[in-house]
Amino acid sequence: MSTNGALLEVTDLTKHFPIKQGLLFDRTVGHVKAVDGVSFQIAEGETLGLVGESGSGKSTTGYCVLQLLKPTSGSVRFMGRELTELGREDLRRMRREMQIVFQDPYASLDPRMTVGDIVSEPLVVHGVGSRRARRETVRGLLEVVGFNPEYTNRYPHEFSGGQRQRIGIARALALNPKLIVCDEPVSALDVSIQAQILNLLKDLQRDFGLTYLFIAHDLAVVRAISDRIAVMNQGRLVEVGPAAEVYSSPQDEYTRALLAAVPVPDPRKMKERKEERRRVAHVLAEAAEEAALADE
Amino acid sequence: MALLEVKNLHTHFFTREGVVRAVDGVDFELERGRTLGIVGESGCGKSVTALSIMGLIPKPPAKIVEGQVLFEGRDLTELDEGELEDVRGRHIAMIFQDPMTSLNPTLKIGTQLTETLRRHLGMSKDAARKRAIELLEEVHIPNAAARLDDYPHRYSGGMRQRVMIAGAIACNPKLLIADEPSTALDVTVQARILDLLEELRKAHDMAMILITHDMGVVAEAADEVAVMYAGQLVERAGVQDLFDRPEHPYTEALLGALPHVDEEHVRESRLTTIPGRPPNLVDPPEACRFGPRCPYASLNDSCTQVEPQLRELRKGHWVRSAHPASERAGVPAEVGA
Repeated sequence: MSTNGALLEVTDLTKHFPIKQGLLFDRTVGHVKAVDGVSFQIAEGETLGLVGESGSGKSTTGYCVLQLLKPTSGSVRFMGRELTELGREDLRRMRREMQIVFQDPYASLDPRMTVGDIVSEPLVVHGVGSRRARRETVRGLLEVVGFNPEYTNRYPHEFSGGQRQRIGIARALALNPKLIVCDEPVSALDVSIQAQILNLLKDLQRDFGLTYLFIAHDLAVVRAISDRIAVMNQGRLVEVGPAAEVYSSPQDEYTRALLAAVPVPDPRKMKERKEERRRVAHVLAEAAEEAALADE
Repeated sequence: MALLEVKNLHTHFFTREGVVRAVDGVDFELERGRTLGIVGESGCGKSVTALSIMGLIPKPPAKIVEGQVLFEGRDLTELDEGELEDVRGRHIAMIFQDPMTSLNPTLKIGTQLTETLRRHLGMSKDAARKRAIELLEEVHIPNAAARLDDYPHRYSGGMRQRVMIAGAIACNPKLLIADEPSTALDVTVQARILDLLEELRKAHDMAMILITHDMGVVAEAADEVAVMYAGQLVERAGVQDLFDRPEHPYTEALLGALPHVDEEHVRESRLTTIPGRPPNLVDPPEACRFGPRCPYASLNDSCTQVEPQLRELRKGHWVRSAHPASERAGVPAEVGA
């Protein structure tokens, strides 16, 4: 563990993507600063909700934490080790402790693999257990996520979005990780299914002491599962704090505008919110775009 | 006379797997200048309802097997394709979820807008261009005259949806059907699109059907709400009444399953879920379609034998259930709590 007891400690993380131009010879003409100096910590067993709009850099941050994308600079300390300095083999070993659940349960499961193969793949890759032991583990995992273990020989297309997301979660759990990065895990699902998956993630966290970095654009969903909230805008964290505080008294102007824009299922409250959002709309990207268009 | 009256609409898809009863009992009226929100989860038939009204369902495999769509008293299901084309765009316009795919990437914005004007209103090239600039200004696209010669890729998602809206209102339709108009957009952009729709609806005295899966969007934008489940309209009421006193067990459950952005202690508690899944619409339950998932339906209940009909529980509040909340006096209402 790190000095202050955090499981994950991200400091000054940046990720820049080059902008290339030219037909024959690529020239780098500039950089998109997708992640631009992000720092946060997550304690063991805690959920940090990372919210922001599309293009804010929240998913890129998640990928950089897992070293699925190589950060341009900055430090990612996980379980006391500096991930950005690890060699291939060390990193591979660390991957057992950190897994990811993706947004789109239709795209993130190989359609040619059976459910059993999908869930056992991480076990095979890391050489865990015998064939027979793995089969037992897979059954157990599927049961834990509320997926009928009788269906291990079926294929993903036979299942609904919610069921597929359960398969994805079972796969993420297979190696008994400490940290799971959840990248928009419920945004492709219907409301009633979304509630089931959120409850499942909460139960798993309680039962296995999991730590989540929960990335999502839906502020209501994030609130339902997060202890602390980090709000991201244009590659930077504009506000980090305990969920109740961020939601009830947002300090940053952008956080306020984002919160005001969320429609709530209450016609009376909606009237007030419309007023509020007109007051704060000027900080938003579209307002900037309009201004830029008007200047051309 | 209501502007639009949908009576006992049934749209079925005749497929190899059997007859999919995608829309199987939808009734509503819409007055001039009002907004009806149609809300429900994927596959409930809300989009097929809209496409049926517009005469845009793919035939085959789909067919309106029963019911009427009366627009200003005229049954649109009886019209031939030529007559329908005249109604579409001119009197009823529609915008879709994805502004990225509904615009032609190879044509300038101006060309796409003037096409509609020339086709439906027989405008000259110059007049159409002038009107197109006005339309872009109306949807608050700055520097409209210059933007007309841009291709769609120069616009962001929100701006493209505004172009789509400009095209939809070009002929001053009496009814605008918006199918998930803000779903693909960020919440902040969504808010502005909803504001724009509201503004235009007032300015043009349009009626609007807003199709969405988002109860928040309904609460914000609709005057009346229709909740759909498994192809049927299961509840219809004024927006305030629906949120204050939901009657159908499904509506209650749906509201209960929503996490709220302004709810304290939601982190520690569990969200209410609805057990099971919606039925397969090739072979839906004989009686109440929500029956198998309903916490109030008991085994020898009439609603497991006979299909409940849509009935007016109190003025303007319609429900299709044998166990609406207000008739469950004494029964602890667990769902939605």
